[in-house]
Amino acid sequence: MNLLTVIVLGALLLCAVATSIAKDLLVSVVIFMAYSLLMSILWILLQSPDLAITEAAVGAGVTGILFFITLKKLHAIKVRNNEEKDR
Amino acid sequence: MNGLLDSLWRHFDVTVAILLFGIGFTTLLLHTNLIKKIIGLNIMETATFLFLTSQGYIANRAAPILMEGTRAVSGYVNPIPSGLVLTGIVVSVSVTAVMLALTIRLYRRYHTLDIDSMTLMMKGEDE
Amino acid sequence: MKKKIADSLRKRFYWELSPLDEDMIASLSEKPHELTRSSNEALEVLEDVREVRVQRAQEQEQEMYRQIHRWSHASGVKIIRSMYRVLAAVTCLGIVFFLLWTVNTLPPFGEPENPYNNEVFARYVEWGPDETGAVNMVTGMILDYRAFDTFGEASVLFVAACSVLFLLKLHDHKDGKPTKTWLEAEYDDRFHEPKNDQILQFAAKLMVPVVLLFGFYVILNGHITPGGGFSGGAIMGAGLILYLNAYGFKKTERFFTYRTFQWITFGSLLTYAGLKSYSFYTGANHLESFVSPGTPGNILSAGFILPLNLCVGLVVMCTMYVFYTLIRKGGV
Repeated sequence: MNLLTVIVLGALLLCAVATSIAKDLLVSVVIFMAYSLLMSILWILLQSPDLAITEAAVGAGVTGILFFITLKKLHAIKVRNNEEKDR
Repeated sequence: MNGLLDSLWRHFDVTVAILLFGIGFTTLLLHTNLIKKIIGLNIMETATFLFLTSQGYIANRAAPILMEGTRAVSGYVNPIPSGLVLTGIVVSVSVTAVMLALTIRLYRRYHTLDIDSMTLMMKGEDE
Repeated sequence: MKKKIADSLRKRFYWELSPLDEDMIASLSEKPHELTRSSNEALEVLEDVREVRVQRAQEQEQEMYRQIHRWSHASGVKIIRSMYRVLAAVTCLGIVFFLLWTVNTLPPFGEPENPYNNEVFARYVEWGPDETGAVNMVTGMILDYRAFDTFGEASVLFVAACSVLFLLKLHDHKDGKPTKTWLEAEYDDRFHEPKNDQILQFAAKLMVPVVLLFGFYVILNGHITPGGGFSGGAIMGAGLILYLNAYGFKKTERFFTYRTFQWITFGSLLTYAGLKSYSFYTGANHLESFVSPGTPGNILSAGFILPLNLCVGLVVMCTMYVFYTLIRKGGV
């Protein structure tokens, strides 16, 4: 039970709560990718390198990309329209 | 009560896994946005994997890859829960992909992501 | 033709046309755009159909919102909604407290005498490298001792890809002509994808060969180093997605079409089933087969683990790529 494990577990709890509370969907998905990355570090601390590589590639990689492209299809990404009004 | 807190601190991995499960379950039930529900389900799944892997960890031992000559059982971590969780991670991403496809079809039909409004619209259509 | 497209664009996006848009309109009306497989006349019909469809969709939406307004003011709905939230919170807290209370009864954390570390663990570690030939014990376990579990998992991936295909794939040709939904999907995608973004293309030119090579290395070395079929397949899938994002669908269709996906997935799963179902004929302890484990540590050792890793890696790569393109465009 060393200090690094305690810090990573605490940060994991914070990320999970932040993902729930965030109002914008894009922010929520980005924090979810950070959560997945912290999980990958935790797998290494528990001595399972196979799980670490798989979680890093699949959790933070492919699931994040799928969420982003879905949000784009659902028109849920708010673009700031300040530049286009000047034309 | 003191004994309970003490055992929670000694099993800190398992405690955090249970708390994450609770957070994910709350997100799944209390938000009405479909994307938040999918994120909540993912958090629950990773909490379960954390619990499983922490039961296979043995202190002061190395990862289950054979080093030069050491064939003794007492040098390695238990590899069996790792194998189970590997399957679980891949199933988790498959389920997420199918749920996202369903969300896109629902959005095209009802033009909203809020599940309460969607249920009311579906009720209205039956009449 | 040019004026019609300009008017429809202006109505759709409410801005004045920049030189970039004028350029696109000019190229659209002069010759068939090389990014799509359809001709100009087909796109022209599309504009009229789109107007009618937008009108009808707006009317439907208004009707639906009126219904929701009527229903949500019923008091029964409000009471049930608040009761549901209270009950949900109480249930979650109850489950969490109950689970925290049973942590007391777990065996101590990280001790070697726990009940999970029994004789199965001892057998896998002591006899694993000799019987399977794999140095990485986790890969040796999931692809040799427990190969049917991995087969079930590859089937789950295949079924998920089939489900997403059912939900999102658009028909592209009917009686030889492209259908309207397919044309609309291509039009949307062409309008929104980055057209020859220099930064992205330069970065992709440097990164995609490295990523694909690294993914292939992880797949092949599954039995010596950490990694294996799943991680390597996911890495290669991510590399293909980067290539698609930088260069567009036309260049990717040169080597990855729908038929490629069908044959690779089907062939890999069938090969996996064929390689591992010989145990039906040699008995339950299927290790007395004609393929020897070899010396641990070589790359060409470990019996059938190398071909199995390759099959699983190909299935995962195709599935990840197909998830992305189906959500983005509705077709590969």
